[in-house]
Amino acid sequence: MSTHRQQYDVIVVGGGHAGAEAAAAAARYGARTALVTHKPETIGVMSCNPAIGGLGKGHLVREIDALDGIMARAADLGGIQFRMLNRRKGPAVRGPRAQADRKLYRQAVQELLAAQANLDIVAGEVFDLEVEAGRVVGVILADGRRFATGTVVLTTGTFLRGLIHIGEKRIPAGRVDEAPSLGLSATLERHGFPLGRLKTGTPPRLDGCSIDWAALEMQPGDEPPEPFSALTSAITNPQISCGITRTTLASHDLIRANLHRAPMFSGQIEGRGPRYCPSIEDKVGRFGDRDGHQIFLEPEGLDDDTVYPNGISTSLPEDVQLDLLKTIPGLEGAAMLRPGYAIEYDFVDPRALRNTLETRAIAGLFLAGQINGTTGYEEAGAQGLLAGLNAARMAGGVEAAVFDRTQSYIGVLVDDLVTHGVTEPYRMFTSRAEFRLSLRVDNADERLTPLGLQLGVVGSARQAAFETRNSDISSLRDRLKALSLTPQQAQAVGLQLNHDGLRRSAYQILSYPDVGFEQLASVWPELNDYAAPVVARVTADAVYAVYLDRQAAEIQAYRRDQSLKVPADLDLDTISGLSNELKLKLAAQRPADLAQAGRIEGMTPAALTLLAAHARKSRTLALSTGSP
Amino acid sequence: MAQLAHTTIVALSSAPGKAGVGVVRVSGPRVRFVLETVAGLIPQPRVATLRQLVDADGEAIDRALVLFFAAPASFTGEDVAEFHVHGSRAILARMLAVLTALPDVRLAEAGEFTRRAFEAGKLDLAAVEGLADLIDSETEWQRQQALRQMDGALGTLTLAWRATLIEAMSLLAAELDFSDEGDVSGPLQQQALDLATDALASLKSALGSFAMGERIREGFVVVLAGPPNAGKSSLLNALARRDVAIVSPIAGTTRDTLEVRLDLAGIPVILIDTAGLRDSDDPIEAEGVRRARALVERADLVLGLRSIDSDPYRIENEANLLAVATKSDLAGEVLPGERAISIKTGEGLAELLADIVGRIQGLSSGEPALLTRERHRIAVADAIAALERAVTARHGQGELLAEDIRMAVVALERLVGRIDVEDVLDRLFAGFCIGK
Repeated sequence: MSTHRQQYDVIVVGGGHAGAEAAAAAARYGARTALVTHKPETIGVMSCNPAIGGLGKGHLVREIDALDGIMARAADLGGIQFRMLNRRKGPAVRGPRAQADRKLYRQAVQELLAAQANLDIVAGEVFDLEVEAGRVVGVILADGRRFATGTVVLTTGTFLRGLIHIGEKRIPAGRVDEAPSLGLSATLERHGFPLGRLKTGTPPRLDGCSIDWAALEMQPGDEPPEPFSALTSAITNPQISCGITRTTLASHDLIRANLHRAPMFSGQIEGRGPRYCPSIEDKVGRFGDRDGHQIFLEPEGLDDDTVYPNGISTSLPEDVQLDLLKTIPGLEGAAMLRPGYAIEYDFVDPRALRNTLETRAIAGLFLAGQINGTTGYEEAGAQGLLAGLNAARMAGGVEAAVFDRTQSYIGVLVDDLVTHGVTEPYRMFTSRAEFRLSLRVDNADERLTPLGLQLGVVGSARQAAFETRNSDISSLRDRLKALSLTPQQAQAVGLQLNHDGLRRSAYQILSYPDVGFEQLASVWPELNDYAAPVVARVTADAVYAVYLDRQAAEIQAYRRDQSLKVPADLDLDTISGLSNELKLKLAAQRPADLAQAGRIEGMTPAALTLLAAHARKSRTLALSTGSP
Repeated sequence: MAQLAHTTIVALSSAPGKAGVGVVRVSGPRVRFVLETVAGLIPQPRVATLRQLVDADGEAIDRALVLFFAAPASFTGEDVAEFHVHGSRAILARMLAVLTALPDVRLAEAGEFTRRAFEAGKLDLAAVEGLADLIDSETEWQRQQALRQMDGALGTLTLAWRATLIEAMSLLAAELDFSDEGDVSGPLQQQALDLATDALASLKSALGSFAMGERIREGFVVVLAGPPNAGKSSLLNALARRDVAIVSPIAGTTRDTLEVRLDLAGIPVILIDTAGLRDSDDPIEAEGVRRARALVERADLVLGLRSIDSDPYRIENEANLLAVATKSDLAGEVLPGERAISIKTGEGLAELLADIVGRIQGLSSGEPALLTRERHRIAVADAIAALERAVTARHGQGELLAEDIRMAVVALERLVGRIDVEDVLDRLFAGFCIGK
């Protein structure tokens, strides 16, 4: 081993959204970090749709921000249309979303990383890992360079044996015009990682100048735009509108006539695609009775005429794609800059990971992003942050961080992945979070910033901003609880309450579905002193108060089960009364605690009870022998 | 439960009542303190030591054998002490009173020693509840019910409810998570509400069957009522002695002056003699009386006894009354609707038994009961409460509707599959007797 070798604490492989967050988080923690990528100029590229956030995904972005990550800030710097989805629904299911200017977003990510201390960006292709005695000790680049390191975060996205399909054409590639990563696939296979195959797709890209915008319905963003990041005071980019159109019966006929040429249907693709982001040929196949499917025409940049037609992801041959456009109102004369395609890629069964995102098989090796079977920038970024943080903590000899389901969408994401694995590309929804009413975009900072400070991943600027906002929130909440009205007084100011003579606090009154904050502010003008996000935050808690109380018991039960750790070295054969089938499942998934064990498919009450008894037994033994 | 684990528990571990020796067992972190206080020292572990026991004021209680088991080498895995005292009611009552007056020491709950043993990994719990019931089943009706439960009649129905509710949740998920895609349309919330309403109706009907299921599991309660000397105890003893009525052999369940468990033609019956219901200062007997009173309140059948030579006996609840004229060997008149019996001659006893069996069979609708345990009832009642919130709420907020339905699913999941382990354990160990 050469003594001149460059030495790092953490090496992040890949410069996508997972890699960027992983590198930033590790460096924020203080680890000497290198991000190694084929082409540094592609760091932060949005390879799919030009948008950040959405339902469930917006939650992840706010959580990344609460942990001082970069995605929210980059989205604010690159955003050219901001919308709060589900605005008319309750606060727990609202999701912020922004159309991004691809170039501005990419630049923002690269600038944020460039400004990050402790971080080197290295151009090169990691070809193999060096593993000694079950621990990662270094990486080997295709050009022969070697770096020594104690931890590696792999975020290779769709590059593992990536294969692009356009009709009958097949091109090995990680993204269009970028070579796939073959070496690492072999490495993972050699180390016995269970690999599977997934597919995802993109729509064709259109020339905006050739679209008949005048014929289309236009959708503007929110005014004023609400930023993602707690550190952004205002959005300064000019804001654009998106167009809306629909497929027609003629489109559907054309697709049906050419289904045999779609790799999805011809059997050319083996990987499984997402049910919730289906290709247009899939939609027509499954929902044939619909007279049309909506398409959002999303401009890719302020000075870029490329348009992303969201809703017609396809892998049909290029000539069919061209004909398809002619059947869609507003796109009859549209020029196609690049055909849509489907991409198949390898992923690692995430059940091979611990809930810290470290692999079970190789100590110090962490995986994050699409390599774990997820889809989406936000899901990738969230995993990247956790993996980068934990790699850095491991390098520092500190216990890894684990996020739980009661606390964050990041916790839900990781727990779902490592407990259940994936059968299709995994995307976040609010419905995945059982504690949805308490995991909201408006309180992500309150949930996670103090934790992030404790974990060493949150900087001082974030801390200051958090403390200011938090004191405003407490102040407003206290005021609302101190102010009160009798039903008579309420009626005098136009608020209808039950005439039961009971005095109610402003906080209680705020929970009534037909009472808005503005009405309270007209009764008590001092309430006008608070900023809109602070008001939204406190209102959400008031609205959900009854439900949150009811959930508290469930959260407590969950935490109790979670506190009961299943020892990693528990010999399942010593548990009599456990069926062989469950023994196999437990051996394969190795639940970290009782809460996770309870979510394993097929788990029975009796088996869980036995596991609980054994977990308790080993805890008792550990206590009585004086170990921690 | 966390709090329970830190307290020290005490209970009489031998059978209640007068005996040569009574064993009082103590388990928990304050056992050493208890020993120092009442026995004046901590004996060598596992060595029987004879000591004079005193209360906190130094007043003598009894001379007793004292045993100490140091954690973890004990029944519960905690420090354990056993006091083998003279088995008089007065001494046992005094012991319990003295021990429970010490700080952080309290009477054990039912099954709590066993539970602690289990949690310490001292016991291997391989039996699920249905299996446990099968082993415990004393009568044919109980056996059949336990079998049905193991076959999964309740499980099957629960899965069907769950599937309906999950479908409702998925409709709401479509509304909440896919509203941005423009392809979601239709009155999804209304469809979800309709599904929730269907499940609610089915859950309510299942809850209706609970009372019957519980009776079959625990026994139908038949109460002997009537004035002194009406012959209640004689009838109880006579029924208990007959070949058709097998007295339960299970120890600890019979307080002989109060109740007997019988198998009448396959029907589990708890026969209670109200003559045994008297106020008592003895804590053990008082507990027995409290339980018997609670049973009388849910009596399925009341045998109203009067001696044939006395005035007619009046009882308020006519519906579940079976009037009996005893001592038919004496002179007297049998009133309409009365069954005349004589313990002395055996007259009318077979007919009375047939009457009792007929009346109890009449209580059963013939429909098999699905919910047989209090745990089942609570789970279903919780699900019903959550769904009622869902269907009556008019807030129109999908995420709140989804939350109520989810709570209903969580309640049902406690019956099958995903469950709250602690709740199951609480219920399970509550089925053990106090002090065991």
